[in-house]
Amino acid sequence: MRKMLFVLPLLVFAGVLFAQSGGVTSEENSGSFVQSLTAEDARNDAGGGIDLTWTVAADAALPDSMVLERSCDGEDWAPVCTLAPIDGRKTDGELENGLEYSYRIVPWSGGTAGEPSVLAAAVPIKQWINSGRVGMLIILTIISLVIFYYIEQGKRGKDLYIRRIAGLTAVEDAVGRATEMGRPVLYIPGIMDMDDIQTIASMVILGRVAMKTAEYGSPLLVPTCRSVVMSVAQEIVKESYLQVGRPDAYQRESINYITDDQFGYAAGVDGIMVRQKPAAIFMLGTFYAESLILAETGRSVGAIQIAGTAMPSQIPFFIAACDYTLIGEELFAASAYLSKEPKLLGSLRGQDAAKLFFMVVIVIGVLTATLGEAWAPAAKVAEFLKTITSVE
Amino acid sequence: MNWTVIGIWLGALLSLSLYSFLYKDNPFYKFAEHLFVGMSAGYWVIYTIMNVLIPNWWNNLVPAEGGMQPIWLIPGVLGLFMVLRVVPKLSGLSRFSLALIVGTGAGLSMTAMFQTNALAQVNGTIIALGQGGGWFDWVSNLILVAGVVCGLVYFFFSKAHTGVIGGAANVGITLLMVAFGASFGYTVMARISLLIGQTQFLLFDWLPTMGIHL
Repeated sequence: MRKMLFVLPLLVFAGVLFAQSGGVTSEENSGSFVQSLTAEDARNDAGGGIDLTWTVAADAALPDSMVLERSCDGEDWAPVCTLAPIDGRKTDGELENGLEYSYRIVPWSGGTAGEPSVLAAAVPIKQWINSGRVGMLIILTIISLVIFYYIEQGKRGKDLYIRRIAGLTAVEDAVGRATEMGRPVLYIPGIMDMDDIQTIASMVILGRVAMKTAEYGSPLLVPTCRSVVMSVAQEIVKESYLQVGRPDAYQRESINYITDDQFGYAAGVDGIMVRQKPAAIFMLGTFYAESLILAETGRSVGAIQIAGTAMPSQIPFFIAACDYTLIGEELFAASAYLSKEPKLLGSLRGQDAAKLFFMVVIVIGVLTATLGEAWAPAAKVAEFLKTITSVE
Repeated sequence: MNWTVIGIWLGALLSLSLYSFLYKDNPFYKFAEHLFVGMSAGYWVIYTIMNVLIPNWWNNLVPAEGGMQPIWLIPGVLGLFMVLRVVPKLSGLSRFSLALIVGTGAGLSMTAMFQTNALAQVNGTIIALGQGGGWFDWVSNLILVAGVVCGLVYFFFSKAHTGVIGGAANVGITLLMVAFGASFGYTVMARISLLIGQTQFLLFDWLPTMGIHL
């Protein structure tokens, strides 16, 4: 638990930074068409922005237009933009942090400038903490602590149960089938790059599949859509073959790059399927419109297919055309399921606790929101839960 | 014969070559496939150089106003490490670059995923059951809330799907399958519209070049 103490100074630091804010000025001038003008540092930005808000006289004659003017010294005024003669707000951007900027709005009628509004000034400041995400920070910190706790439990040898996931139980059968038929195993890691969390999850599963192919001596083909994914896949497969003592069986050239183009990649993989006739096909990662093209072609060559993605729009195609489909989070649970490593199982248990937490929040939120229509204190609880789960 | 007609013929012949895959793998499909893959790979190489490497790295390393920004040598060196994969003795250096890419990707994804896949869903589900006014809205809201909760139960991995949990998980997966069915139908409609567009190209753009007007 001592390892988790870093969270406390982090929260204190966040609180201190959260307290910062830029200057605000607000004035009213009943003599001008523009009744009031407010300037304040734009919230939750990386600096360089000032939010301006103004109101106009409702009963005065409308000018042709209004010009927003800006000055750094209060003497030289430069036009920023033309405004419609109504109440409004605008963010002036690309300003220098720490410098005070003054603003005024000048109404124009028939080519003549009217009486300008009062001045409003503000200093753009860079915010280190996005106040709209503080709720997320707190919830994420709590969940992280819970996950760390269960990882610690797992490392100490506590038995962590994980339910059967059909698609993952079939991995060994699929590789075994390919071995018996003397055909290769085809692994498709999706079409996104290594900065995509599904591709990262897919690479972890690839390591496990590669161990099986190395044990059974089946050829493994991994065509990739991104060059970096190819490099990572080569490293992972090489590592797996080393781990099971079969470095001689590793073939770097069987993990290759095809093209970054989505349908070019689909056409290339289709060609591999119909020519190499793999006995087992794994499609795990991020997929878009090419999902059905790949899954249908794989089915046409008679391969056993195990697919998994967290893309809701593509899951139906995999369910329709594949033998097993990992739906959404099952893809992320796969690495823990296949490895049975205490660390990963502990992480999975922690994520389950997070889901339970969200279920409780939802149930309490719905009950209080429903009761809140007749009882104000319950509405406040619902409002609080909505606030902490809202993100700007 | 002008360039437009040549373009239409190329498009039509390549389309038919690709459609020939519906019969079986054949030389026409192979030709179209290899042309497509090769051209797209070449296109992406140039695209990456012109739209990523030069504006995002080179122009920052050597700005137009003169001078050099040494900090930008760091990504250059990391990129060089990746290229060194072709040299077996130095290929291990690429692991530094890969570790940075994977670690940064996972870290940046964490907040975005948590925001969109968790908090936004929870926030959207906290509603009053009577919201909307009528009994139909009440039932709809109840299905929404029960669907989300039961869906979450289905994705519980540390409990066996038996008893109450099993029942809730079954309700959750049933609702998910209904949603997937609707999504399937919707997307198939979109794919059919793509087929219609390509068929129209063949019928109303290509056939007229041979004097056949429908």
